[in-house]
Amino acid sequence: MRNWKKALGVAAAVAMAATTLPTAVFAEGEETFKIGIIGPMTGDYAQYGTNVYNAAVVAAEEINAAGGINGYQVEILAAGDDQGDPEKAVNAYNDLLDKGMQMLCGTVTSGACIAVGAEAAETTFLFTPSGSAVDCITAGSNEFRMCFTDPMQGSKSAEYIAEKGLATKVAVLYDSMADYNVGVHDAFVEAAPEFGLEVVADEAYTTDSNTDYSVQLGKIKESGAELLFLPNYYSDNALILQQAADIDLDVIIFGVDGMDGILSVENFDTSLAEGVMLLTPFSATAEDEATVNFVTAYKAANNDETPNQFAADAYDVLYAIKAAAEDAGITPDMSNEDISAAMSASMLNIEIEGLTGTAKWTEDGECDKSPKAVVIKDGVYEMME
Amino acid sequence: MSFISYLKDGISLGSVYAIIALGYTMVYGIAKMLNFAHGDVIMVGAFVILTAITKAGLSPLLSVVLGVIICTVLGVVIEMVAYRPLRKASSNLAVLITAIGVSYLLQNLALLIFGADAKSFVPVINFPSLTLFDGRLTIKGVTIVTILACIIIMVGLTLFVSKTKPGRAMQAVSEDRDAAQLMGVNVNATISLTFAIGSGLAAIAGLLLCSAYPTLTPYTGAMPGIKAFVAAVFGGIGSIPGAMVGGILLGVIEIFGRAYISSQVADAIVFAVLIIVLLVKPAGLFGKNIQEKV
Amino acid sequence: MKKMNKTTKNNFINYGLVLVLFAVAQTLSATGNLSNLLQGLLVPLCVYTIASISLNLVVGFSGELSLGHAGFMCVGAYSSALFSNVVGDALPSVPRLILAILVGAAVAAVFGILIGVPVLRLRGDYLAIVTLAFGEIIKNLVNILYVGVDENGIHVTTNSSGLKLAAGGKKIMKGALGISGTSTLYKDIKPYFFLIGVILILITLFIVQNLVHSRSGRAIMAARDNRIAAESIGINVTKYKLLAFTVSAALAGVAGVLYAHNISMLKVSIFDYNLSIMILVYVVLGGIGSIRGSIIATIVLYALPEMLRGFSTYRMLIYAIVLIIMMLFNWAPAAIDWRKRVLEKIHNKLPKKEAA
Repeated sequence: MRNWKKALGVAAAVAMAATTLPTAVFAEGEETFKIGIIGPMTGDYAQYGTNVYNAAVVAAEEINAAGGINGYQVEILAAGDDQGDPEKAVNAYNDLLDKGMQMLCGTVTSGACIAVGAEAAETTFLFTPSGSAVDCITAGSNEFRMCFTDPMQGSKSAEYIAEKGLATKVAVLYDSMADYNVGVHDAFVEAAPEFGLEVVADEAYTTDSNTDYSVQLGKIKESGAELLFLPNYYSDNALILQQAADIDLDVIIFGVDGMDGILSVENFDTSLAEGVMLLTPFSATAEDEATVNFVTAYKAANNDETPNQFAADAYDVLYAIKAAAEDAGITPDMSNEDISAAMSASMLNIEIEGLTGTAKWTEDGECDKSPKAVVIKDGVYEMME
Repeated sequence: MSFISYLKDGISLGSVYAIIALGYTMVYGIAKMLNFAHGDVIMVGAFVILTAITKAGLSPLLSVVLGVIICTVLGVVIEMVAYRPLRKASSNLAVLITAIGVSYLLQNLALLIFGADAKSFVPVINFPSLTLFDGRLTIKGVTIVTILACIIIMVGLTLFVSKTKPGRAMQAVSEDRDAAQLMGVNVNATISLTFAIGSGLAAIAGLLLCSAYPTLTPYTGAMPGIKAFVAAVFGGIGSIPGAMVGGILLGVIEIFGRAYISSQVADAIVFAVLIIVLLVKPAGLFGKNIQEKV
Repeated sequence: MKKMNKTTKNNFINYGLVLVLFAVAQTLSATGNLSNLLQGLLVPLCVYTIASISLNLVVGFSGELSLGHAGFMCVGAYSSALFSNVVGDALPSVPRLILAILVGAAVAAVFGILIGVPVLRLRGDYLAIVTLAFGEIIKNLVNILYVGVDENGIHVTTNSSGLKLAAGGKKIMKGALGISGTSTLYKDIKPYFFLIGVILILITLFIVQNLVHSRSGRAIMAARDNRIAAESIGINVTKYKLLAFTVSAALAGVAGVLYAHNISMLKVSIFDYNLSIMILVYVVLGGIGSIRGSIIATIVLYALPEMLRGFSTYRMLIYAIVLIIMMLFNWAPAAIDWRKRVLEKIHNKLPKKEAA
């Protein structure tokens, strides 16, 4: 029987109907700057992608309320969902180009960012809030980054631990199947000996078995480590901290920017995170005016959810784009290539006071800002010297 | 000592796999289909329980009952809408693919309703932990409850299937659906009942999974679902005691692999052991070896 | 012209279908009517079409449920990407790509034999779970590999700091960070990747259709329909099943090669059981054993979630619902009966045509 033809016909019709539907959220008569966001909106990493998207929308609304960029409004296109997959990220990138994207705030995850970076090189301005692998922005001179790189976080962490004399025997527990975690881990382990740190336990888990850490934590306990380095995202770290408490593992816990967000995990017992140290550019509980305003606006727009550092990076990306666009004097009628070239040149001239610190950019697209070390005390971050 | 400690960790992990595998094997044994959406029903159960406790302020017991009821209804509805029309399809792969569709559906519904952010599960089970060997070995209360629940469910299911009338109807449907129909068994009702029980158990499995490993996202059920499927095959698909033994063995192998070989390739070790077992015993540990007839 | 027999005609329809789709895509592209999204989908569509045709060889013609197809794509992708990166500029891109395809296919075929020998002793769902297990094992093992190259040759270890390279050495494979930049090695022929993909589909079709309609193919199908009867007339069932399994693995490897060279980031976590299941969905929806069905279902189902991007957050939800409805519509006996009745009604209303 060859009945599939009809069924597939039905499906094709559905698909065609879908493409003809209006997509942009706020279509206006006059010209706007169209900015696309790519990241995981569904799938295992959806929490990071949605944070970036929501924060970019908050920033765009603020910018528009204050008169836009060079007199033009900013429009955030419908989110490009990539589920953290490089191939789907490229599809999302192409789709956003069809929808008129002129600048890209993305992608959120590293692997996807490398794939999109190769496509966007010298054609569309790419500014990733959180793609932290080195190769994310090496494909073209029009690619910039807001966050720290993996190697930088890994070696800075080792340096900081050694400098402050926090420990000499360190242990690591990381997800060996996720690019971000592996990137930071590899850099940390390579840098540790240079700073006189001894890695006494180097334990891994995989994305497929990220619930039970009993064996690894047991070995870390036996190894006599004084400090446990956790280069993972906060959702895994929340479980690790719970299980570490179960076996009374008494070590200093040290994390990197992925740890940020742990205090806002719903129902999480924040006393477990007491004394955790992390190098992070952002703190949602900071009391400076910019952070308070951002967190309030974000919560109001998003069911009272607390933004994490992904959101803060995305918010800063939008303001950096604004600063560079004003420096370059670009207008929406320019081609992507022209915008890209003008923006890339202006990126080197700007300096912004963002949520994640004072930032400038180097010619290879890296953000020059210093990480802040914080320690969790009474359920809030406290700056460390 | 570390060996016993690892064994304990393995049993703790395995008991969680076992309780999921019991529901899996129940549906597989009787409806003869791999219900890929089972893990996602577990996730739904856990979300219902968590929401009932934290948002509606219900008591834990009431919340669990609510979770069981909702999952039972959900299981029956899924079977009626998505699986039943395909029961007589020319290939049994059709219903497998539909189950995958249902799995995507549940995950994405949960994503829209509950959001993507990971949530910590609230402690529901306050059972005292057991300390042995002068405090050198502690068995957590959740583990004890999970193992007890496994045993109760295993014995209960075995008795139900062998001693009660609907249970024997299930056996008949499992052996030969058409013959059972001729003997006056209501096949549709029997399979609905199977899904009702399997999905109700999924809510309990969700509670125990999230109590042991207290984190919850829309994708929480997927991987444990696959692991439980492996456990069910390990024990011999369709065998109720096999599911329990398979689950516990799987947990123990996983922990031993991590402890004595490498935590990076622990998953590979689990699967390698599974392959070896199946090559030696092609129908699993407790499975029936069916002789093919011409 | 001699009258073609039915199978030959069927085969030519399949080649024709691929060529027509290619021509349509090229025409649209040349006249600027193809959106960036569709343009970008062309090569991935070739990848998954090859994968689903090759899986259909095992699931449809050999009758074995395999859930480890992604594993073969994985070894094909990684071995060929390694090859391309190690060889680098020593060879011009066209011969390099051809060799890379052969390397990927050969390595995947070797894995097909290694896995097929033990696995094909099992039946049904047990075979399914063991193939799934092998797929996950491959993913897990590839994930821990670090490979680098320097003037002393190729170095392989399982951790980053263990990779000691001489000055000027290059890390190619970095564990979970995978292999990046493969597609940039082929910048000069990137615009022709769709053409290359279509040629690979045609080769795949040629291999699969000839195998199916050969003596071996009839033995394979006889074994599927009744293993014991086939054995009783002297067919070496295991040998033929292994043949189908190995060819299928090699072709999946080719799909992996195309994937790895089209994208500049290869990471192992995408080659998980979900990918295997996705390809199985294409095969089953298209009709088990129908090669044309596999081609069309792959195109529709791969493109569907991309076309649904306009629905933003509801996209995957709608995809799930459409998938369930299509499965019910295609496979449920009640739906098939209903469709037949409707078709008959239409047919009766039309003036009768004489078959040529």
